[in-house]
Amino acid sequence: MAATPRKTQANPRAKYRKLLSPVLYLAGLAPAVWSFWLGAHNQLGADPVRSFEHVLGLWAFRFLLASLAITPIRTVLGVNLVRYRRMLGLLAFAYAAMHVATYVALDLRFDFAILYGDLTKRPFLIFGMLAFIALLPLAATSNTRSIRALGRNWQRLHRLVYVALIAASLHFLMAFKTWHMDALVYVGLGGVLLLLRLARAPWRRARRV
Amino acid sequence: MARYSFPQPAASEITPKAAYLGRRSLLAGAGGLIAAGSAQAAGLRTQPGPFNAPEPQTPRDAVTHYNNFYEFGLEKEDPARLAGQFHARPWTLRIDGAVAKPLTLDIDTLIARHTVESRVYRMRCVEAWSMVIPWDGIPLAQILREAEILSSAKYVAFRSVLRPDEMPGQSMGAGTIDWPYVEGLRLDEAMHPLTLLAVGLYGDILPNQNGAPIRLVVPWKYGFKGIKSITTITLVDTMPPTSWNRLAADEYGFYANVNPEVDHPRWSQTSERVIGSGGFFGERRQPTRLFNGYAEQVAPLYAGMDLHRFY
Repeated sequence: MAATPRKTQANPRAKYRKLLSPVLYLAGLAPAVWSFWLGAHNQLGADPVRSFEHVLGLWAFRFLLASLAITPIRTVLGVNLVRYRRMLGLLAFAYAAMHVATYVALDLRFDFAILYGDLTKRPFLIFGMLAFIALLPLAATSNTRSIRALGRNWQRLHRLVYVALIAASLHFLMAFKTWHMDALVYVGLGGVLLLLRLARAPWRRARRV
Repeated sequence: MARYSFPQPAASEITPKAAYLGRRSLLAGAGGLIAAGSAQAAGLRTQPGPFNAPEPQTPRDAVTHYNNFYEFGLEKEDPARLAGQFHARPWTLRIDGAVAKPLTLDIDTLIARHTVESRVYRMRCVEAWSMVIPWDGIPLAQILREAEILSSAKYVAFRSVLRPDEMPGQSMGAGTIDWPYVEGLRLDEAMHPLTLLAVGLYGDILPNQNGAPIRLVVPWKYGFKGIKSITTITLVDTMPPTSWNRLAADEYGFYANVNPEVDHPRWSQTSERVIGSGGFFGERRQPTRLFNGYAEQVAPLYAGMDLHRFY
């Protein structure tokens, strides 16, 4: 992604990738645009705000899982998709931001008294907000300059993604009045991605010997 | 490619809706047989009842397509989508327990024997949204009195239908409600003139997804108290178990009176979103009222009670 113009000329695939990137971003944002269009045209059911809110939250979780799947896909399947990880992470953040904005603007209608109560008293919403806050510095340091400037600390900082995943999982599970199969499946996938990392650590050491 | 177009009847040939509904109400009024398949939009003969809410009514489409009816699935759209296979007729309602005269009533005989009142009630869901629904129903007290309640009766227990083959939500695994759905009221709550057994809405017999053929409506309590598709009403002397309370006692009490002062552990109950009030950008949020605005009628039932403790 950080290819200099000269490299671009040298490698035709880099040019193709450069074109691909905005297309993928647009595709990633399509569910939000489509839902928003449906909502604006009164096609999102009887409670369009809630439906829109849920779509955004669900896609935030999906992109978070996708960004966390990159490493296991490389180590287990040997397919390197790491160049898409930043995009997936940023899409997860974008959906989380839209999810929070919809909650504050369309759902609470800027009633900050309720917001204050929600964020001080209710674990369901505290976990949700914690997940969003954990993603903030990751999005802010996703650019190449930050990666270079932070060095090893960049990787340490980006372990916050596990905080985001765990908080978002709790938020997801608590969003329903009963155990919800969809939520269990998504949270289960997140758990598998975490376990794969725990399992990977001893492997690596063994290989180095 | 040739396109086939269906022959369209001339506008003048189409039966006006009023005439169609008139015929329907004749049938229903006579207690005539209503085939399950054609019963979906059958009109009811109703009389205007008391306690009508002045707020604008929620559009019918929202009332019939935004339902919490976990027997058909967890999503709000599931009941409208999946309740088509449910057979709401023939149906018998059983009233037993501490009564001198246990009753087994055929639903259409029950409807024919009583005056069905239309009553516009506010409906507040525990999930912090609300509707205003024109129900058609019979006061529960009227029906209970027919069974001659004994003095030992202190509570009323309600049981819903168990039909996993017609209700896909009932075959979902652990972590959900222990079917069949059960609910309960104190006897004085059950006998209160606001408490209604609804058999219709918007002047038509109850759609399957709204709890056909007969459901409870207790407008000062959260919506989940309104047990749907009732098969049995039992007069008992001790507080009966209720489904949501069994699942999460810290979140759902036996009383479940609408109360902006008592928050749900996961969200605030101080205000509510008004379904169908303005769509995506204009959906209104309004303050929630104690007893859902029915305090004048029901507050005396709870005089001296700590509503924070008995939520």
